[in-house]
Amino acid sequence: MKRIVLLTLALLAVIVVAACAPAPTPVPTAAPPTAAPKPTEAPKPTEVPKPTAVPPTTAPTAAPKVELRMMWYNDGSEGDVMRAILDKFQAANPNITVKMDTVAYANLNQILQPQVESGTPPDLARVTDLARFQGYFLDLRPNLSNAAAWEANWSPAFLGALRKVDDKTGLYGFPTQFTVSGPFVNRTLFAQAGVPVPSDTKEKVTWQEWVDAAKKVATATKTPYAVAIDRSGHRLWGPSLGMCAHYVDGLYETKFTVDSPGFRNAANMLIGWHKDKITPLEIWAGGGGGYAAGNDFFNNGQLVFYFSGNWQITQFDKLIGNKFDWDAVPNPYGDCGSTGMPGGAALVTFKATKYPKEVTKLVEYLTSDDVLGEFSAKSLFLPGSLSLSKKGIQYPSANKQMNVFLKEVGKLTPESYYLQFNPLGQTLNPEMRDRLSQVITGELTLDEAIKRIQQKMDDAAAALKK
Amino acid sequence: MQSVNPQAPSRQWLSGDILLQPFLWVISLLDYVLAPLQTLIGYKRMAYFFVLPNLLIFGIFILIPMLLNFYYGFTGGDSILLENRSAVGTANFEKIFTCKDFFSPNTCAEDLFWRGAWNTVTFVVFQVGFIILFSLITALALNRDVKGRGFFRAMFFYPVLLSPVVIALIWKWILQYQNGLLNAFLISLGFDKVPWLLDANWAQFWVIAVSVWAQMGFFTLILLAGLQAIPKEMYEAASMDGANKWRTFWNVTLPLLMPTMTVVFVLALIRGVQVFDQVFVLTHGGPGTATLYIVQYIYRTAFEFRNYGMAAAASLVLAIVLLILTIGQLMFQRRQEAA
Amino acid sequence: MQTIATFLTRRRSGKHFDLTDIITYAYLLAGVIVMFGPVLWLVMSSFKPLSGLYEFPPSFVPYKQESVQVQGYDKPLDLFDVKMLDGSVRRLAQISQVGIGARMIDPNAPKDTPIDIRIEQRTPVRSLYFEWDNYVGAVEKFPFLTYLQNSVIVTVVATLVTLLINSMAAFALSKYQFRGRDAIFLIIISTLMVPVSVILIPAFLVIAKVGWTNNLWGLIIPGAATPTGVFLLRQYMLTIPDDLLQSARIDGASEWRIYWQIILPLAGPALAVLAIFSVMWRWNDFLWPLIVVSKTELFTLQVGLNAFQGELNQQWNYILAMTVLTLLPITIVFAFLEKYITSGIATTGMK
Repeated sequence: MKRIVLLTLALLAVIVVAACAPAPTPVPTAAPPTAAPKPTEAPKPTEVPKPTAVPPTTAPTAAPKVELRMMWYNDGSEGDVMRAILDKFQAANPNITVKMDTVAYANLNQILQPQVESGTPPDLARVTDLARFQGYFLDLRPNLSNAAAWEANWSPAFLGALRKVDDKTGLYGFPTQFTVSGPFVNRTLFAQAGVPVPSDTKEKVTWQEWVDAAKKVATATKTPYAVAIDRSGHRLWGPSLGMCAHYVDGLYETKFTVDSPGFRNAANMLIGWHKDKITPLEIWAGGGGGYAAGNDFFNNGQLVFYFSGNWQITQFDKLIGNKFDWDAVPNPYGDCGSTGMPGGAALVTFKATKYPKEVTKLVEYLTSDDVLGEFSAKSLFLPGSLSLSKKGIQYPSANKQMNVFLKEVGKLTPESYYLQFNPLGQTLNPEMRDRLSQVITGELTLDEAIKRIQQKMDDAAAALKK
Repeated sequence: MQSVNPQAPSRQWLSGDILLQPFLWVISLLDYVLAPLQTLIGYKRMAYFFVLPNLLIFGIFILIPMLLNFYYGFTGGDSILLENRSAVGTANFEKIFTCKDFFSPNTCAEDLFWRGAWNTVTFVVFQVGFIILFSLITALALNRDVKGRGFFRAMFFYPVLLSPVVIALIWKWILQYQNGLLNAFLISLGFDKVPWLLDANWAQFWVIAVSVWAQMGFFTLILLAGLQAIPKEMYEAASMDGANKWRTFWNVTLPLLMPTMTVVFVLALIRGVQVFDQVFVLTHGGPGTATLYIVQYIYRTAFEFRNYGMAAAASLVLAIVLLILTIGQLMFQRRQEAA
Repeated sequence: MQTIATFLTRRRSGKHFDLTDIITYAYLLAGVIVMFGPVLWLVMSSFKPLSGLYEFPPSFVPYKQESVQVQGYDKPLDLFDVKMLDGSVRRLAQISQVGIGARMIDPNAPKDTPIDIRIEQRTPVRSLYFEWDNYVGAVEKFPFLTYLQNSVIVTVVATLVTLLINSMAAFALSKYQFRGRDAIFLIIISTLMVPVSVILIPAFLVIAKVGWTNNLWGLIIPGAATPTGVFLLRQYMLTIPDDLLQSARIDGASEWRIYWQIILPLAGPALAVLAIFSVMWRWNDFLWPLIVVSKTELFTLQVGLNAFQGELNQQWNYILAMTVLTLLPITIVFAFLEKYITSGIATTGMK
């Protein structure tokens, strides 16, 4: 027994010495390719933007040392871009360090939620579910150097999404990017199969035409999967709206209707893909619960047609490179037209932070046209800033694909904005996703799933009224 | 159980004593504080001091949460902070127990709870059964005077040490649909690939199989010890009575092994009901909810859906079930010892 | 039936090697393959480059495609033996490949026009190769040492704390008569069955209120008061004769000294077993650290590995390498302490 005690003591001593040594490996901020986000906000580019020029911060004299923590997730490599930008900020503000805690997108809310609610959130976080944390944000207004100008740079719908219903003035964060959902294709496979890409010759290509073409290509090139769509209710909304689905009447309405021919058509289409085995089972029928994406299949050349969104572009640009010719195509058409889903992510600040002034300073730095422009360009993001969208952004690569999505922005329907920004939309999203998974694996019928989703929405609406 | 021989603590080496000095020094230092305490309250009451740290931690981190669980279970709202929750009485429990047919989760209001519950029952029945079966066979095999017994024993025990995450990843890799070893093997034999973890039934099978694989060694050891504790004379007596091998097993070995098998059964059962880590990584509850077990249901309801009230209610139901199992086990043991 | 019966009942095999022995050995060998095979496969796979992992059918040993630097191309190109249409076989380098076609070039004549072939025509030129890059790349993305350090700290400190306070409590409960003793014991035992999952949310709230979220103490302290530990040690301490303590008291030893210098040494075996359980449990603990810690530099090995595989989804080469690294420490410990561990568990199981 003594021997054990001794050994443990020795081990403990070693550990203590090692622990007291300067910090070993740094936390990685490098971005391994990740799952895509559920995009969340949409600036309406109608107002004339007033660019906010923020003077470079000069090093303050003998200010106390401050460490800010930023929770982050990655679609591609924007984490690296942000890190470089933060390093510049740190150089200009020697008393402030900003640490990035990168988590997997699928775990973001689960990790952030308990922290926020128990009063120990990070100082900033990149989130997609804006309504979830309403009431916990830090109001930047008191500390912004020109609050009115700053406010005018973002879409009111976005700013409103961060506020609780009766709050009309709080400024709580800014969009890190604006996104649109839409499809990608593997042009090289189309070429090998000798099948023309439908959107090259036609403006309005239906879902059926895309699926048929993809099936032909897959068979001819022996590619495992013809089509795929991310496991996310949000992703399915766009196609279903094009098929004449209708869910909600406005941004603040609480009455949602799940059942509609459009929704059924979209759902049945997805179910059909699984029955016909033209889509990977791993996405919708694999891991139970949670978001799952098909980007790995597309990256590896195993997928012909992949419905996701423009946030994948930075990852595709890096990982696919020249392996094959990949392209973005416009959203397919249903009987009621075509629309993608708007979205994006926001960098929000929490009021439990110990350093509201420093946090606001960081936000001002990050939202200055130069910095945000650099961030958007290098990350291949569509900016949410109105001043920047007016100025335009030259992308270092994938310029063609980015511009396909840019065009899609104009085609977004009003209901797509409602679905995205209505707080209850974030209840509909996972419920629809999980219940449809159950239909695909045979646990529920589509009717039962619709009933359950509707029940969930009704319960959520009732809870809001209380 | 033998009594400990007080005369022979292991004093095998003197050099260790040098390293022990600072340690003993710390103890003596504490004695300066504690001896006066003892004179103050008397040596009998020192018991309170000894039991205090454990009780403190236990009280704060186990008892209080258990009590708080009741509060959560009877309140609603999606805040984790107690003051922000609203009382809803028994609404959560009512929702759980609203079912047209308890065996058919689709007819239940809180269908995921029942899916989790019934999945867990299926899991436990098969997992415990297979564990006992394979552990027994392996223990019997190891009990024979085989060469390299130590090696075999170590091999069977090795998976027990691996963490659930590692185990899940190892098997996830083997069971991969496109590139997994198992499917490669099947194709080489001329069969088709099987979506092992993507099919509801196969996923359940593999969750059970992997769990048995991971835990079998532990129970094998226990059963082996039990077997080795059976005195030789029993077998000699039986063979002198002319009993054949089968009867010996049935009438001698098995009854004497019963207490150990009970221990194995109860331990496996309790562990089985709490299955989470491995499944979380292997299938994450999928496909659909085929491998969603009760603990993951609680986790998901709390941390993904923020329905802390429902999660707490479900965990209270789980606690009651475990309580019944425990009481049952204690009663069974009492009866055994009486026999 | 007879042979099965013999198999089931024999304790010591005789001098001859009969059917039951064969069955036994066959079973045990099959067991070894089933138990250890997957781990071996994991290790072998972890040395394959990503392309090798996607190869079908997979080879057991890791092969790497040979590649050659060709003038005019920045990255080395993979080498293949290509069966040309005229029947000859040429060794060509591949520029690109998608679907069923591939574009090849002769490495010795890089300025020639590339040759387009179908993939069936080519076979890769391979040699045995251990792709250490998987490990290097994974360690760059996955701060293994940080996670290892966290796991070690938590495991060691938690085990020490557990041993200390559980033995103190067991001492009190076994060797003293005091008011409330039975009640306390009953309460502790009744929670034997309470898994973390049942008190998950409120336990998290308590941790948050105490301020131990994102703090290693939040991982160490809450689980230290194990009912199993107290129960185990108490059972063992009951067998220590009271006279020993009495005579020590008469000699003037304080209770504290009695605890350290009589009780603990004598409870050695039980303490060792509890230590083993504690180490195994803490090292592999997953659910609790998952919730309590979200700052990546505080992740334990298990949580880190899970986050890693969640992020990387299909990049199995890194995931496998990290999995191997994660199971290495416990394997090494096992290799040294196996006998000890297995006999310890066997003896406690008996109780």
